[in-house]
Amino acid sequence: MSTAQVVSSGRTAGETDGRICRYTLGERVHHWLGAFTYVYCLITGLAFWSPYMFWLAVLVGGGPTARFWHPWFGLAFAFSMFWMFKMWHRDMRTTDADRRWSKVMKQYIENDDQNLPPVGRFNYGQKLFFWLMFYGVILLVISGLGLWFVESIPWSLRWLRYTAVTVHVVAALATIGGFIIHVYMGTAMVRGGFTSIIRGEVTTTWARTHHRLWYEQIMSGTSRKQ
Amino acid sequence: MSQATLAIRKISGHAGPAPGEGVERDYQVCKLVDTTTCIGCKACEVACLEWNGYTFTDTVFDNSYQTMPQTAWNYWNLIKFNEHEREDSTVTLLMRKDQCMHCADPGCLAACPADGAIVQYTNGIVDFQQENCIGCGYCVSGCPFDIPKFNPATKKMFKCTLCSDRVSEGLEPACIKSCPTGCLHFGSKDDMKDLAETRADQLRENFGFEKAGVYDPAGVGGTGVIYVLHDATNPEAYGGLPKDPHIPWVVRFWKGPAKWIGNLAMLGGILGVTLHYLRYGPKEVHPPKNENGGQP
Repeated sequence: MSTAQVVSSGRTAGETDGRICRYTLGERVHHWLGAFTYVYCLITGLAFWSPYMFWLAVLVGGGPTARFWHPWFGLAFAFSMFWMFKMWHRDMRTTDADRRWSKVMKQYIENDDQNLPPVGRFNYGQKLFFWLMFYGVILLVISGLGLWFVESIPWSLRWLRYTAVTVHVVAALATIGGFIIHVYMGTAMVRGGFTSIIRGEVTTTWARTHHRLWYEQIMSGTSRKQ
Repeated sequence: MSQATLAIRKISGHAGPAPGEGVERDYQVCKLVDTTTCIGCKACEVACLEWNGYTFTDTVFDNSYQTMPQTAWNYWNLIKFNEHEREDSTVTLLMRKDQCMHCADPGCLAACPADGAIVQYTNGIVDFQQENCIGCGYCVSGCPFDIPKFNPATKKMFKCTLCSDRVSEGLEPACIKSCPTGCLHFGSKDDMKDLAETRADQLRENFGFEKAGVYDPAGVGGTGVIYVLHDATNPEAYGGLPKDPHIPWVVRFWKGPAKWIGNLAMLGGILGVTLHYLRYGPKEVHPPKNENGGQP
């Protein structure tokens, strides 16, 4: 699946860098399907969450419309998430390199990057975010079914209704925390990340800086084929 | 239509106070159901359907006289029939008119996220406003009596209105008008409480029902529908009337502290990444050192 390769040697005007394919078209499509459906669920979910944010429902067609589509978009998000799992779960396993890196994550957060241990295609933070969203969406779908079909839960099992509410809220808040950090890092903090998930390419310097082990694999042509 | 008695006291999912918040009218309306004189004729079920414009739907036979297992979105008033074994092992039929209890502290209204979908009038009636309902079903989780029901066709929730349209015109609810034994009464909460207590006294002193009493559960702040029971210590025997109903603590937490904890956490996250950017800024990419080749 990871068909990473040098796309061009980048000797054209103004470029000192080569370019590497970081995300295939399929990976980008599923990332953005996930992003779009998650944001829809976020907007409508926040509308249901607080009276002070109920106006958000107006942006997507009003309360009843938002209520109708929220679960379906949630299922679409779950679909994209499982597809991302299919594509990435091997890349998302924690490695020894990640363990070394995670010990000095504070340096990474403070942009003191010169002496960070090299990491592979994804760093430990990205992996944490992936697994947060993966397990988050499982909990959201299961609890969401309880909220969707609340009347089908018999009165004698009403503790399930209350559990569904609790799990849905906790899981949603956890994913929102990850989402805020993910969007911030992907756009503002790690420059080049945002274009990579749109056009699929990064510069060799970017790859070398942020994902040294992955970069070396690509350069030596030993990138794992699946 | 006169709306004189329908000033609003509480509003669901509402940002900010309701007009009329905290207002107590001279009297709260109340329906009294004396289960000891109910004969199970179901005239109230029919009257409810007639007044509210519903046709009679299919009944569900479950080895009892009961019309269906529970109230439905288009069947708000249901006599619950329960065979009950007395201490001397004789059997009696307990009959209780089940409907919305019109809690002073309504769990449906607390759980509802849609602005104005559930209101409580200053006379105590809790009413669903279907034009504002989004059909989410949160009220189902909030209700301690399992009353709100979903209409899958219109995707709106329905329940007994305590005939708020009739009450606003000075009439009693349709079910009250139809009762042939006079086991149903309607009036101010104070009057109905007096009447109920008088009847309970009578049952205890003259009829040997030593545990007779009035069901007006304090856990939900008292209700706009109160019962006289032969045995007030065992309301569960009357088709699962909860002994100590209250808004589920999950719903209380969800609509109370969880909201603030969650909102602060989300705000904290946004603030945190903003401060991070101001303090540390974006990451630099490091061009490879020359001696090590670097460029491919």
